[in-house]
Amino acid sequence: MRTYLTKRLLLIVPTLFGVAAVVFVIMRVIPGDVTLLILGGDQTGRIDPQQLAAMRHQLGLDQPIAVQFGQWLWDVLRLDFGKSLWTGQPVIEEVLIRLPLSLEVAILATIVSVLLAIPLGMLAAVRQDTWVDYVIRLVSIGGQAIPSFWVGILVILFLVIYFGWGPPLEFTPPWVDPWANFQQLVWPVITVGYRYAAVTTRMTRSTVLEVLREDYIRTAWAKGLRERAVVIRHALKNAMLPVITLIGTEFAFLIGGLVVTETVFTLNGVGRFVVDAVAHRDYPVVQALVFLIAFCFVIVNLLIDLAYAWLDPRIRYH
Amino acid sequence: MSVHTSLMEAAASAPLAPQLSWLGHVATFVRRKPLGAVGAFIILAMLAVAVVAPWLAPYDPYQPDYTAQFVGPAAEHWFGTDEFGRDVLSRVMYGARIALFVGFAASLAGCSIGATLGVVSAYCGGTVDLLLERVMDVLLAFPQLILALAVASILGPAVPNVVIAVSVPIIPRAARVVRATALSIKHNQYVEAAHGLGASHRRVVAQHILPNVFAPYLIILTAQLGTAILAEAALSYLGLGAAEPTPSWGLMLSGSAPAYAEKAPWIGLFPGIAISLAVFGFSLFGDSLRDALDPKLRGR
Repeated sequence: MRTYLTKRLLLIVPTLFGVAAVVFVIMRVIPGDVTLLILGGDQTGRIDPQQLAAMRHQLGLDQPIAVQFGQWLWDVLRLDFGKSLWTGQPVIEEVLIRLPLSLEVAILATIVSVLLAIPLGMLAAVRQDTWVDYVIRLVSIGGQAIPSFWVGILVILFLVIYFGWGPPLEFTPPWVDPWANFQQLVWPVITVGYRYAAVTTRMTRSTVLEVLREDYIRTAWAKGLRERAVVIRHALKNAMLPVITLIGTEFAFLIGGLVVTETVFTLNGVGRFVVDAVAHRDYPVVQALVFLIAFCFVIVNLLIDLAYAWLDPRIRYH
Repeated sequence: MSVHTSLMEAAASAPLAPQLSWLGHVATFVRRKPLGAVGAFIILAMLAVAVVAPWLAPYDPYQPDYTAQFVGPAAEHWFGTDEFGRDVLSRVMYGARIALFVGFAASLAGCSIGATLGVVSAYCGGTVDLLLERVMDVLLAFPQLILALAVASILGPAVPNVVIAVSVPIIPRAARVVRATALSIKHNQYVEAAHGLGASHRRVVAQHILPNVFAPYLIILTAQLGTAILAEAALSYLGLGAAEPTPSWGLMLSGSAPAYAEKAPWIGLFPGIAISLAVFGFSLFGDSLRDALDPKLRGR
C-alpha cells in the first residue's frame, strides 16, 4: 500500500506542473495584449506608450517567457493569482467569497445523486427487463441527454408559472438561516443532482447485473439466503467499486453542471464566476479558476484512486 | 487427387458466413438492437431536417417580425414566436444545422487527432509514449466543459471557434481509448510476423494497426457526438458559442427563455426538446453500436 501511495502521490506533481503550464500557455496566446485591455485607452482609443510600458513592467510581461513562467508557478504556490481586472480585488478573495455556495451545492448534489442512484440502479438490475427496469432506465438515459441548464430552465418555468417564484438576490448561508438556504438551493441541487444520478444509476445497474452472474451469488442463493441478503450484502458490496470511480470521474460533470446551473439560477458561485470572467475577459480570474478547478479534479481523482486501492486489495499489489 | 484438389478449392472459395447485403446488415441491426435503430432514426431525421431546412422552414429564422411577438403555438406558428417575432419552429430547424455541424465536426476532429496521437504513442513506445501520455494526463485533468470554456474564452464567440473549443477536450479521451487498443495489437504475432517479413513501419501501421483500431475509434466517435452537441449547447447558452442572431439551440435558451417564462414558456421549451432528442438519439445509437462492436459485450 505504501509503495502504491508514494507512486500515486509522486505522479500528481508532474500532472499539476503540466496543468500550470497549460493554463499559462492558454493565457499567453490570447489575441491582443492584456495590458491594452486593462488600460482600455482614452476616448480616442489611444494609449500612452509610457503608461503601457510601465504596466507591462508591473505585470512582468517584459521579462523572458521562462522567467514569467517561473513567476507564475511561484505565484500559484503562494495562491497569489493577482487582481481581477473587473473588480480590482485579489482573485483568491473573490473565489473564497463564492466557494461556500458552490461547495454546498456540489456536496448536496452528490449526496442526493448517490442516495437516488444506488437504490434505483440496484432495483433496475434485480428487476431486469421488467417495467421497473424500463422506467428507471428511461429516466436515467433522459438525465444524460437533457442538458442541465434546460432542466434548470424547466424548473424555473414551472416555479414561475405556478408559484410566482423569483430568483434569490443574495445567497443565505446555512448557518444564518437554514430554511432560507434550503429554499434557495433545493432546485439547483435537484437540477445538478439529476444528471449526476442518471449516470451513476446506469453504472450501478450494469455492475450489479455483472456481479449477479458470479458464482458466489449462485452459492448465496443456493444456501438459502434471502433476496435482501444476497443483493445487499453480496452483490452490492462488490458492485460498488466501479461506481465509486465513476462518482470521481463524474466530478468533472458536476463542475460543468455547476457552471451552467449557477448561471440559470443566478447563484453567485464559483461556476458563474468562471462564466462572468470569460465574458468580461477577466484573464487573471479565468486563469486562476481554470487552474483551481483542475487542481480539485486531480485531487478528487487521487482520493478516489486511494479509496479504490483501499477497497480492492488486488490493486495494491499490482 | 484431382477430386481432392477441387474439393479443397471449393471449400476455400465457399463463403464462411452468408454474405449480407448492405440492406441485410441494416435489417439485422434493427432486429437485434431496436433501441439503437430508434436512435439512428432520430439522427437521420434530424440530418434530413438540417439539410432541407431552407425549403422546409415556414419562415426566415433571422427575420424579426414585430407585429407577431410572443405568438403562442398555433397553426400559423407551430412552435410560437420569440421576443423578436421570429418563428421558433424555423429557428429550431436551422438550429439542427449548427448542432449537427458542430457535433460532427468537433467529434471528427477531436477523435481523429486523438486517435492519431494514440496510435503514434502506442506504436513508437518509449519516450514518445511517455511524453504523449503525460500530455494527455494533463489535458484530462481539466473537466471537459472547463477546458472548452477556457479555449472559447481565448478564441471568442463564433461557430468555427466552438468547433475547436469542443474538440480539444475530446482529443485526450480518444487518444486514451485508441492507444490501449493499438498497444494490444502491436504485441500480436501477426504484427511481429509482418516486421519479420520486412514490412515498413508505414505498412504495418496502415495494414495491421489502423484497421484494428477502427472499431474503438467508431465507438468513441459516436459516444462523443452527443457530448459535443451538449457542449455546443452549453457554450452557446453561456454566450460563448454562436453569437446572436445565429439560431443555435443553446443560444435560443439563454436570456429570453427564463425572462419570458410566464409570458411565453414555449421559447424555452422547444429548443431544449431538440437538444435532448438529438443527444438521446446519439446515445441510444452509440450504446447499441458499442454493444455490437465490442466482442466482450456481444451476445448479452
